[in-house]
Amino acid sequence: MIQNNRLTPIQYQENFSDIHPPYENITAAKVDANRCLFCYDAPCMKSCPTSIDVPKFIKQIATENIKGSAHTIFTSNIMGAGCSKVCPVEKLCEGACVYNLLEEKPIPIAKLQRYSTEKAMANKWQLFQRKQSIGKKVAIVGAGPAGLSCAHSLSKEGIDVTIYEKESKGGGLMTYGIAAYKVTPQFCEDEVNYILSIGGIEVKYNHELGRTISLAELQTNYDAVYLGLGVGVARQLDIPGEDMDGVVDAISFIYHLRKNGYPSVPVGDKVAVIGMGMTAIDAATQAKRLGAKEVTMLYRRTEDEMPCTKHELDIAMLDSCEIIWLAAPKEVIGINNKVTQLVCSKMQLGEPDASGRRSPIETEETFSLEVDMVIKAAGQVPFEHLITENGITNNKGKIVIDKNCATNIKGVFAGGDAVNGGKEVVDAVQAGKDGAKAIMAYLNIA
Amino acid sequence: MADISSNFLGIKSPNPFWLASAPPTDKKYNVLRAFEAGWGGVVWKTLGSQVKNVSSRYSAVDFGGQRVMGFNNIELISDRPLHINLKEIAECVKLFPDRAMIVSLMADNDKKSWHEIIKKVEDTGAHGFELNFGCPHGMTERGMGAAVGQDPEIACMVVEWVMEAATLPVITKLTPNVHSVVPTGRSVVKAGTNALSLINTIQSITGVDLDTLVPNPYVAGKSVFGGYCGPAVKPIALKFLTTIAQDELTKKVPISGIGGISTWKDAVEFMLLGASNVQVCTAAMKHGFRIVEDMCEGLNNWMDEKGFKTLDDFIGKSVDTITHWEDLDINYHHIAKINQDKCIHCGLCYIACEDTSHQSINLEYGKPYNKYTIKEEECVGCNLCMLVCPVDKCITMEEHRVAPEYVNWIEWQKRGLPLNDH
Repeated sequence: MIQNNRLTPIQYQENFSDIHPPYENITAAKVDANRCLFCYDAPCMKSCPTSIDVPKFIKQIATENIKGSAHTIFTSNIMGAGCSKVCPVEKLCEGACVYNLLEEKPIPIAKLQRYSTEKAMANKWQLFQRKQSIGKKVAIVGAGPAGLSCAHSLSKEGIDVTIYEKESKGGGLMTYGIAAYKVTPQFCEDEVNYILSIGGIEVKYNHELGRTISLAELQTNYDAVYLGLGVGVARQLDIPGEDMDGVVDAISFIYHLRKNGYPSVPVGDKVAVIGMGMTAIDAATQAKRLGAKEVTMLYRRTEDEMPCTKHELDIAMLDSCEIIWLAAPKEVIGINNKVTQLVCSKMQLGEPDASGRRSPIETEETFSLEVDMVIKAAGQVPFEHLITENGITNNKGKIVIDKNCATNIKGVFAGGDAVNGGKEVVDAVQAGKDGAKAIMAYLNIA
Repeated sequence: MADISSNFLGIKSPNPFWLASAPPTDKKYNVLRAFEAGWGGVVWKTLGSQVKNVSSRYSAVDFGGQRVMGFNNIELISDRPLHINLKEIAECVKLFPDRAMIVSLMADNDKKSWHEIIKKVEDTGAHGFELNFGCPHGMTERGMGAAVGQDPEIACMVVEWVMEAATLPVITKLTPNVHSVVPTGRSVVKAGTNALSLINTIQSITGVDLDTLVPNPYVAGKSVFGGYCGPAVKPIALKFLTTIAQDELTKKVPISGIGGISTWKDAVEFMLLGASNVQVCTAAMKHGFRIVEDMCEGLNNWMDEKGFKTLDDFIGKSVDTITHWEDLDINYHHIAKINQDKCIHCGLCYIACEDTSHQSINLEYGKPYNKYTIKEEECVGCNLCMLVCPVDKCITMEEHRVAPEYVNWIEWQKRGLPLNDH
């Protein structure tokens, strides 16, 4: 049965508390900071999409220059606080830490980054001074990581920025699409406010491109436009029964949970989650933590090809989620339009596909799971209609940009998930920086 | 099992580890705990002149997340009543007759004071004296401690007074607050001291508090120069020790080595450079007396591995390897080699060599891991890369002699061989 309010307030609190607690104090942070070797041309830095100078900020913790440390982080990544909580660091900075080559535990870079950035946010350190307004105006669509990063970079240089955001809060998928035990709604709000505190950035919430505003208007009223509008709809499974009650998409599920609070979110007794990306993990673990009795994750390939990290998979397994590899959904069966069963095909691996991973091939065999809820987390699709409608060149809805982040329309730039189809927050932050740089060049600002 | 028992001037102890004259040895309670823990002997905290101590007394230098790399103090000699000290010394000797009991002395600067205190201490059953000519703070202003040790003539005079009265062996402790310890060392050996010990602490300021702007240790808004010790002073102590162990006159008496000894390895190094035994303080003040267990076991295991049966088999063995710069072999050359299987690509060797040495390491870009190799023709064999490399034996120095023959600086000049040719 699908129902909400399954747990007591204390259970909700326990289930959604911080999964990686921070350092208690500077002494604890320094124990790890002092272990850092301070590598030259450091592999961790090279593995960060925003190129945070990791050895430098860690050294600054060791010397108790926390303000300097936060400045080092935010200079490269204005969402360094959020990234310290949501980055898949085991495949980025921490995965590259040279200690791994000694078979030793890597430096807990994310935890150290969280230490400095949280101090900065808590103390409201204003580490960047905005230049005086130079009279140029830029419109940004989307107050997600790409948009905020772009806005901050531009505002620093004295450009007046207006962000148009369709939701009532900023942060994008950071606010609406990530498991709550990684970042709390309050944290997301604080982070957005901290970024905006530089000044020169106005955010117009509940303004959606194509509904309340048009691209033409923005082009007329601003010197340049940056599209950081992300991706939207969950990918359809295209199987019979997909529209029954009890089939939901992961992004809406997490969105609901983040927006309306844990007790209000209905969850089934037996939940199937389709997919094995970060969002699938977030959906599965949160379903479990909302009180689902059984959660089964299905993936059409094997552990070797899964998009999530081993660390993420471990979280799901520690939450007692079942994993079935080489299984693809074939049909949703229900009674009175309510889900009762998910029929799956057993798959096998064939030749590598375009992604380089071995592709799943259907076998004759099927099996079925007794479930009352199916969460689809097989990726998201871009806003193809909106983008095409505005005459923007795209590839299956993904905006096509040149090396200067420019779209086919003069003065209109883009970046982030809207361009790459959906990557990490840290990738979007870098895209925002790149976009800002390109816009500066376009506006002839040195 | 090697025999690690020690005989210093006929004073026997089950191992060569004594606690130096300092707070850990200022009363019966501590000393009994030290003996129970296994220390071979103690040098009782200096008795003599009347003093009054202040608060606070200690400060430290931390390094790279480790506490107390260096340590300093502004404490004076014992501030307990003399008769209590004497009584407790006698009790400790009785309870642990197999351990060495040396009493440190610093009397007022007159013959009578020295003779009086020597007599009193001899009655306790202690085994010897150590003359404190080294304390660099508080006592110096009264012409005592380091003020004595810094002046060979005064030191000689005081030792002569002592030798007139003492029937027990006398060790004279030297101050490092001089450009060379040899003049005072010679002077006191001539005056008849039976042995030398070194070093005492080094005048220092460990640091300044960045909030109060007052240096440490803090005493009501002021501070003074304190005596520096701990691991940081070991290299300086080893140098002073070697000069005493090499001097024709001073090498005739046994030496008790002091200065930053924390482990059995440190102790072995002191003994290889001429110390017959060693004294420890800071390491015990940081960790407690239990550290002596590993010191004994580590020493024993090392001696077994090297085939040394007794301490005398290796004491002083490295003294002759310290030579004059002009005697070094200029034809010796070695070149760094990076073991690629061990390299973790941290780049520390590269940046050290590139920024501060001879640009002898090649960087081949990789993402995320660069490859580092030695430019053999550029490497001068300075060791810097090996020293900064965090991986044991990843960078080794391989011998590549320039020529087979030994040629030193004097010979090099004589033959008119090329200079400034790098």
